[in-house]
Amino acid sequence: MIDFLAHEKGDLVGVATVDIKAGQVVKGVYMDSQEPVEVTAVMDIPLGHKIALADMKTGDTVLKYSTDIGKVVAPIRKGEHVHIHNMKTKRW
Amino acid sequence: MNIHEFLGYRRENGRVGVRNHVLILPLDDLSNASCEAVANNIKGTMALPHPYGRLQFGADLDLHFATLIGTGNNPNVAAVVVIGIEDVWTIRVVEGIAKTGKPVIGFGIEKNGQHTTIMRASRVAQEYVQWASEKQREVCKIQELWVSTKCGESDTTSGIASNPTVGNAFDKLYEKGCTLLFGETTEVTGGEHLVAARCRDEKVRGRFMFMFNRYQDVINRHKTSDLSDSQPTKGNIAGGLTTIEEKALGNIQKIGKKCMVDGVLDKAEEPTGPGLWFMDSSSAAAEMVTLAAAAGFTVHLFPTGQGNIIGNPILPVIKLSANPNTVRTMSEHIDVDVSGLLQNEFTLDTAGDMLLEMMIRTANGRNTCAEALGHHEFVLTRLYESA
Repeated sequence: MIDFLAHEKGDLVGVATVDIKAGQVVKGVYMDSQEPVEVTAVMDIPLGHKIALADMKTGDTVLKYSTDIGKVVAPIRKGEHVHIHNMKTKRW
Repeated sequence: MNIHEFLGYRRENGRVGVRNHVLILPLDDLSNASCEAVANNIKGTMALPHPYGRLQFGADLDLHFATLIGTGNNPNVAAVVVIGIEDVWTIRVVEGIAKTGKPVIGFGIEKNGQHTTIMRASRVAQEYVQWASEKQREVCKIQELWVSTKCGESDTTSGIASNPTVGNAFDKLYEKGCTLLFGETTEVTGGEHLVAARCRDEKVRGRFMFMFNRYQDVINRHKTSDLSDSQPTKGNIAGGLTTIEEKALGNIQKIGKKCMVDGVLDKAEEPTGPGLWFMDSSSAAAEMVTLAAAAGFTVHLFPTGQGNIIGNPILPVIKLSANPNTVRTMSEHIDVDVSGLLQNEFTLDTAGDMLLEMMIRTANGRNTCAEALGHHEFVLTRLYESA
């Protein structure tokens, strides 16, 4: 069972491919290399939502597809749910 | 699976369609009632009601005509009856469509009234539909198929799986010499440098960046905050997409890994040769697909995450999704289920082939989910207020 997928090595977030529960040790795969990765979820994360693969501080750039997808607006711990409550666009 | 050929209708101008519609096309909002009456009288015809066509001017009026004429010109259409409130603009649409060589006629309501117009138009519509019903499909080469794409109600599964599936199919169709289209100008925001890098040459890149910056100017002129109430949409956010950049990077997976962007089109503009074309267009699904149909595209690949249910009256819209919840709860809308990609149950290459197989079956005549469910979203793009 794959619990989450990350697009590329170096991405700071993965995407849950199942509903993840807090406390679960979840197994992921980097899609570019098929290399496995494991993280302990610290919150519930619904299917399709992002899980932090590293600690991030306010102002950091979030990388997905090895590309800038926005900025951190509240500190994020590894294993946390990353979404509109702690991340925001740099555009418009 | 043979993806070298399909069964299509060859039109008078040599283009090939995969449907055989007889349209009753209103020039303007006032003519919708007559068109719907004719389509009700004559079985096998289809009216395309819409809310515009009065007191438009300049580029907005040009786009109105380009969209109506382009819709009539589409090779999925066998013949067209145009009805307008007055003759002059009605004739302009008729003359535009007549260049393809297909049967087309126009009726103005003024000085005749609605009853007489409906009677006259119904007589011709009956002749057209009986004539069209005898048209036979013939074997056509895959490069005669024009394929467009646009995604909708995207979520993170779109970027992981369903959009890359379209990209894989596009890479294969590009090699075969097909004519391909993508667009959604605002939804490349954050990935515009990646699209620019894929442009064939400096001229194409310059035109792409012109279109991209033109749309950014529109947003900057009209926005009230940072647009985060609209882009990503509420559906996108529910599906896990947080920012426009993240959405855009998923979006551009649809152009695959190998295709180059060979040209850039304005809204509803027809491509002049094979290859991958970018069309400046809204990211609203029905607007973009209507423009793709008006530019002459004959089959459409539409990946969705949360379950956008759009169709088009003349362009078959094939839906695919990789979200296991969506394919379970909205199965009547999804033609191709690629949710197995999330668990590595099959490869992206296999998913691309599954989509191409459904594309050929659809071209050969299979009704898409959207067709079976009666989705006829015909939505004209407006550039600004009427005079």
